[in-house]
Amino acid sequence: MTLDTLLQRRDIWRGGRLSPVTGGGLSTGFPELDAVLPGGGWPRGALTEILTTQEGIGELRLMLPTLARLSRGDRWIAWIAPPRLPYAPALAAAEIDLSRVLLVCPRAQTDALWATEQALRSGTCATVLAWPRQSNDRALRRLQLAAEAGKTCGFLFHYTRGAGTPSPAALRLRLEPNIQGLLVHILKCRGSFVAGPVVLTLSRSP
Amino acid sequence: MNPRPANPLRGNPPKIRRGRYPASENQPSLPLQGRVGAEEKALWLCLHLPQLALDVFSRGSTQQAPFAVSETRRNHEWVLACNRAARAHKLRPGMTVSAACAQLAELEVKPRHEAAEREALEHLAAWAGQFSAVVSLVPTDSIVLEAGGSLQLFGGLKELLAHVRVGLEELGYEARLAVAPTPLGATLLARNAMEEPVTDTQRLLSRLAPLPMRSLDPDAAVLEKLQGLGLRCIGDCLRLPRDGFARRFGPELLLDLDRALGKVPDPRIPFVAPPRFASRLLLPAQTEDCQALLFAVHRLLLELAGFLKATDGGIQEFFIEMGHYDRPPTRVTLKLVAPNRDPRHLQELLRVRLEDFPLPEPVQDIRLVAGEILPLPGRNLDLFREHESREANQLLLERLRARLGDDAVRGVCLVPEHRPERAHRTCAPGDPGPKPMFGTRPLWLLAQPQRLQVMQGQPWLQGELCLRAGPERIESGWWDGQDITRDYFVAENPKGSRFWIFRERREKDSWFLHGIFA
Repeated sequence: MTLDTLLQRRDIWRGGRLSPVTGGGLSTGFPELDAVLPGGGWPRGALTEILTTQEGIGELRLMLPTLARLSRGDRWIAWIAPPRLPYAPALAAAEIDLSRVLLVCPRAQTDALWATEQALRSGTCATVLAWPRQSNDRALRRLQLAAEAGKTCGFLFHYTRGAGTPSPAALRLRLEPNIQGLLVHILKCRGSFVAGPVVLTLSRSP
Repeated sequence: MNPRPANPLRGNPPKIRRGRYPASENQPSLPLQGRVGAEEKALWLCLHLPQLALDVFSRGSTQQAPFAVSETRRNHEWVLACNRAARAHKLRPGMTVSAACAQLAELEVKPRHEAAEREALEHLAAWAGQFSAVVSLVPTDSIVLEAGGSLQLFGGLKELLAHVRVGLEELGYEARLAVAPTPLGATLLARNAMEEPVTDTQRLLSRLAPLPMRSLDPDAAVLEKLQGLGLRCIGDCLRLPRDGFARRFGPELLLDLDRALGKVPDPRIPFVAPPRFASRLLLPAQTEDCQALLFAVHRLLLELAGFLKATDGGIQEFFIEMGHYDRPPTRVTLKLVAPNRDPRHLQELLRVRLEDFPLPEPVQDIRLVAGEILPLPGRNLDLFREHESREANQLLLERLRARLGDDAVRGVCLVPEHRPERAHRTCAPGDPGPKPMFGTRPLWLLAQPQRLQVMQGQPWLQGELCLRAGPERIESGWWDGQDITRDYFVAENPKGSRFWIFRERREKDSWFLHGIFA
């Protein structure tokens, strides 16, 4: 293998040169956040990891504008192994079309990863939200490839995974509560240098 | 003088042709040659399976170990058929099994399974229903089907034959195909491996003439008599006067010759497919290997697909049963979202299911049983390919369900109810449900409300909770014994997490956590 072919590999990221951002991003619905993300939104056809240490700070409210918009299409909004049942009245209040919501609650953890991969790869999901309880680097890489193959936006929510562990995801965010709303730290974003944290004002209702 | 032949009904019943109408008694005493066939336009296709006894065992697997099927006659076991690997070791049908085993020690021999052959032939007839409306069995190893009416649909005889040939190969049968204007003519040609299609009666005559009389399957005594007179081939018999021929060899044989040449009608009883599909495949050797099982299942699925094409329907539910040596069979059931008959899709679903399926024992045979046949959903061509995306959506559901089970894949919908825990439920994905309106609701609702710590009259959850919004009073359900009287609040703890909590109004200082504003 020559050095050139090595450098052509997608999983090699060179700090000095930015890989071009292909296509525009998917708007998050928060102009402040769109402004700092390359492509102006969530990366399409890629994984986004969302890390938090506590529940109830707005980690899902952050997603609502995106979900509401995507649910108007005819593709699924897949929730894979959510820690609880998403509450239908709240989703409806956020103008999410409930008939597009697909809940997948597998019993085994390996099945959760399998289902996430299937949903990402199938191309029939507008977005896939997944709560894998444990995921190693290899599993994440598979998911990232599946998201690319299916051109699907995948979101992985971690309540425990540390920010220090390496990840193949295109975008990694860490969320913290803030007096004004939600503090979003961008830990990694493919195609751009990491910008400083962004404060989002989330609507007080969900 | 026209000698009256004996009533054919009283003689020996015809051996091979079940479902014949009785022959008319009076045959004009003309020479056999020189008359025009009754149905000139009809065209019959015969599928002859020379290796059926072998195929019923070997088509379930790709392995090519030497294998033979035996038959017991006169207290000896004889080799009835052997596969290519066995033939390469100079084994031939007609040897005794002991001689064959002496020659090739690793030869696997199984006794002939006539019931399986009969079943296989019937399933093949059901499968062949996709090519023609008239299919008829010719026991024990052939099928005839009327092909004249199907030529237009398939774009010509050559294309039709190519379709049938590819299909049979995929099913794992070695077959000879022959086309002739009469069903018996086609059968005779196929049995003698004369696969060049014959489409007119005149050519049929010249093609049938050199065939041995043996292929008409006369009685042993008749055959001996024919040979004694030096009448070896059909052409020899056609040169004889009709009445003498009928007297010597019986009217049935004369009738057969007439039928073969199309001089008298030869109506066949059409094969009627069973209302449901169930087919079994024997495996040559027991196996636990998923790929080997899938290979066998694929053949069954192709049979099913042909059957469904013939009935113009689809299935929404089916199961496969894997038989073991000394255990009850293992059953795997699959349900689909919508009726389907695409063997590739069904195969994919089964692959997902079988990949990590715990088998208690190796499998020796596989049965596929399909549920009710349903009409396939109609489909209009549309401009924006909406159907395609809807179908693709369903495929994902089916794949997830095949592996995770039906309960694991759901949707959510609203229920017009004030009590929060009853205001939602799960439903089939894609179900829109009703659309009531509510106040502020959290994105996570706890399945059971959790009692909160209370300190100095204030609720605590990882710190003192500060009430941000509320109260929203909900009192309902007195009529079904699960009544609630609660005041709901949006609360925030010092760390910034927001919760949906309520105060039970019937008890003093009792607070509960009911939801999380994730």
